[in-house]
Amino acid sequence: MTQNDHQPRTDEAAPPTAGRPGLLDVRDLRVEFRTRDGIAQAVNGVDLAVTAGQTLAVLGESGSGKSVTAQAVMGILDSPPGFVTGGEILFQGRDLLKLGKEERRKVRGAKMAMIFQDALSSLNPVLSVGAQLGEMYTVHEGLSRKAARGKAVELMQRVGIPAAEARVSDYPHQFSGGMRQRIMIAMALALEPDLIIADEPTTALDVTVQAQVMDLLAELQREFTMGLILITHDLGVVADVADTIAVMYAGRIVETSPVHQLYKAPAHPYTRGLLDSIPRVDLKGQQLYAIKGLPPNLTAIPPGCPFNPRCPLARDICRTDLPPLYEVAPGRASACHFWKETLDGAR
Amino acid sequence: MERGEGAARKAGEPILEIRDLVKHYPLTQGIVFRKQIGAVKAVDGVSFDLHKGETLGIVGESGCGKSTVAKMLVGLEQPTSGQILYQGEDITRLSGRALKAVRRNIQMVFQDPYTSLNPRMTVGDIVGEPYEIHPEVAPKGERRKKVQDLLDVVGLNPEYINRYPHQFSGGQRQRIGIARGLALRPEIIVADEPVSALDVSVQAQVVNLLEQLQDEFDLSYVFIAHDLSVVRHISDRVAVMYLGRLAEIGTDAQIYEHPTHPYTQALLSAVPVPDPEARDRRGRILLAGDVPSPADPPSGCRFRTRCWKAQALCAEVVPPLEVPERFRDSEGPERHDSACHFAAERDAVGSEQDERGGCPA
Ligand SMILES: Nc1ncnc2c1ncn2[C@@H]1O[C@H](COP(=O)(O)OP(=O)(O)OP(=O)(O)O)[C@@H](O)[C@H]1O
Ligand SMILES: Nc1ncnc2c1ncn2[C@@H]1O[C@H](COP(=O)(O)OP(=O)(O)OP(=O)(O)O)[C@@H](O)[C@H]1O
Ligand code: SF4
Ligand code: SF4
Ligand SMILES: [Mg+2]
Ligand SMILES: [Mg+2]
Repeated sequence: MTQNDHQPRTDEAAPPTAGRPGLLDVRDLRVEFRTRDGIAQAVNGVDLAVTAGQTLAVLGESGSGKSVTAQAVMGILDSPPGFVTGGEILFQGRDLLKLGKEERRKVRGAKMAMIFQDALSSLNPVLSVGAQLGEMYTVHEGLSRKAARGKAVELMQRVGIPAAEARVSDYPHQFSGGMRQRIMIAMALALEPDLIIADEPTTALDVTVQAQVMDLLAELQREFTMGLILITHDLGVVADVADTIAVMYAGRIVETSPVHQLYKAPAHPYTRGLLDSIPRVDLKGQQLYAIKGLPPNLTAIPPGCPFNPRCPLARDICRTDLPPLYEVAPGRASACHFWKETLDGAR
Repeated sequence: MERGEGAARKAGEPILEIRDLVKHYPLTQGIVFRKQIGAVKAVDGVSFDLHKGETLGIVGESGCGKSTVAKMLVGLEQPTSGQILYQGEDITRLSGRALKAVRRNIQMVFQDPYTSLNPRMTVGDIVGEPYEIHPEVAPKGERRKKVQDLLDVVGLNPEYINRYPHQFSGGQRQRIGIARGLALRPEIIVADEPVSALDVSVQAQVVNLLEQLQDEFDLSYVFIAHDLSVVRHISDRVAVMYLGRLAEIGTDAQIYEHPTHPYTQALLSAVPVPDPEARDRRGRILLAGDVPSPADPPSGCRFRTRCWKAQALCAEVVPPLEVPERFRDSEGPERHDSACHFAAERDAVGSEQDERGGCPA
């Protein structure tokens, strides 16, 4: 196993949203999984910031640590084998990692909520959706069963489930995929949290349903000025809804940027590779660009820049020195020694 | 690298002609005496041609019948009715040796690289398995060599022949599935969501591989996917399916630039564009409601319960899949098959407000 992140963080690694009041500020978060095959370093010093009313999209390939980061923030990491080994998770000024179990549980649900990719497996199959929605109120707010049921109907109406009154006693499998995802959203919204983390909320859905669900999320977010962290690998969805983007690679943030700038000119070769891989109408008939090679094995991350074996711009320094997050512009950072060249279009 | 011109390929004879293909799954009730109480009309009258060397894309929402069509093409499901003509011969009527000979030429690549490979078989066994059914293609002594050649063709190290699927990444597993599909040297490959489970960068590798193999072996593809930009990239023609039927079919430019069926228009408008600058000029059509159950599809036009243009006629008369009358004299790209009584091009997308489709359920 390789340890390649002892280097001190340089001053250039200014948090991209420095100066703004944060709803959530994740600093230098580290998570590892202690498995039989060795220690998998799933999250290796992640910084994230979300403000109220803002949408942060977290982008990155499969296994890059997006979900694990979200689970650590929510406090639902599978532990063991997962352990938070460093960093801070400041939520409304408090470090969640310093809270006790009970306090943490209160924050989760009431103040922050999560929407999962697969609604069917995250809803309880033997409880009616009304009972599951109502539980949020009976447990957290001490409402009576009857009052909670009324609230459940309201919520279902709010997320656009037709005939909510009649369907409140139905079970999850009786709803379509899109409707189940709406119910998940309703559940997350129940206690009007300040932050929602949506982990691939529409990946399992058709584009027409995806559009409905994303629209609903955006509308509710505006209405309640919530912060939203949207985890996805769909570059189309990100372009549609995000304010800022964080791109992850091998458990690190490799680029953060306001959405428009990133799509116009990425400052990290990995981001550029992702954008170049999208099929484009004007390039039909030609080969698609493909990032060569495979993502690194997290039990043996290569020394230097973790992307170096796959990077078209890699030079000697990339194989020895881990690039810090360089500030590229106010609110923009890139963990690439050659961010300037990349920004200028080098491929 | 430029690829062969699509138009040249399409000119060929159809290698496959699908006529009125139907698949109904019986819905039964009762445990001792099972009685049929209805049917899931998974595929309900689908016709199209596939030409030699061509890629036909099939798109449509979950449950519209894409995989069922695919399974009938490769013989994994028996059609309830309809014909599948391979080089002019109806293969749904063949049996025994004649059927086996034809089947060799039509192979399938499955969706999920994580579950479609048997975890207890080595890569060599998986890729070589078709030779067990068709030993005439490769005598026992030559199989290992053939499998290694196939691994090489799809860009996998031939030395991996004794490894197990879990030792490979998603993209590599999909390559194993493709190598297996190629084992019998088929003329036609039916690929059901071959890249849907993959990341965009891995997806690009697999799409490139499929195109390269097509050029090398003059393959014809039926390519099923729900990612419309990938389908556009790889397809010469595209068929849009809705609830067991085709809504529209044409060249990629006809379907993507000049769709005349409301469902196609809604589907395309919902695709998120990877360009944040395009956010405010999308002209999205938001469809209301859910897809109706295929066990109880609407009369007339199947899309009418969600269509914002529906009129009384739509409930009474099934719109045929043909060039709509109003476009019959035109020469432009709007002239292509579209199953809508009121087929029309959309007004300039972007200037208008979002249209709200369907009845507010
Ligand atoms: N419970 C666990 N035990 C061991 N390793 C784990 C566990 N959960 C996650 N990991 C590892 O942590 C790494 C990061 O996983 P994570 O789920 O965060 O990826 P992701 O970016 O969300 O990917 P995807 O896009 O596929 O959801 C992976 O290599 C994964 O194998
Ligand atoms: N063996 C079966 N028995 C009964 N119904 C079936 C069977 N196989 C498929 N169906 C039904 O037929 C319809 C079409 O299914 P199919 O798998 O062809 O859809 P699809 O277009 O491939 O969807 P997806 O995009 O989700 O893969 C669905 O309603 C499905 O539930
Ligand atoms: S630091 Fe070097 S290897 Fe890493 S992304 Fe930049 S150029 Fe590529
Ligand atoms: S036939 Fe009628 S209901 Fe069907 S798509 Fe056309 S206008 Fe809509
Ligand atoms: Mg994940
Ligand atoms: Mg399918």
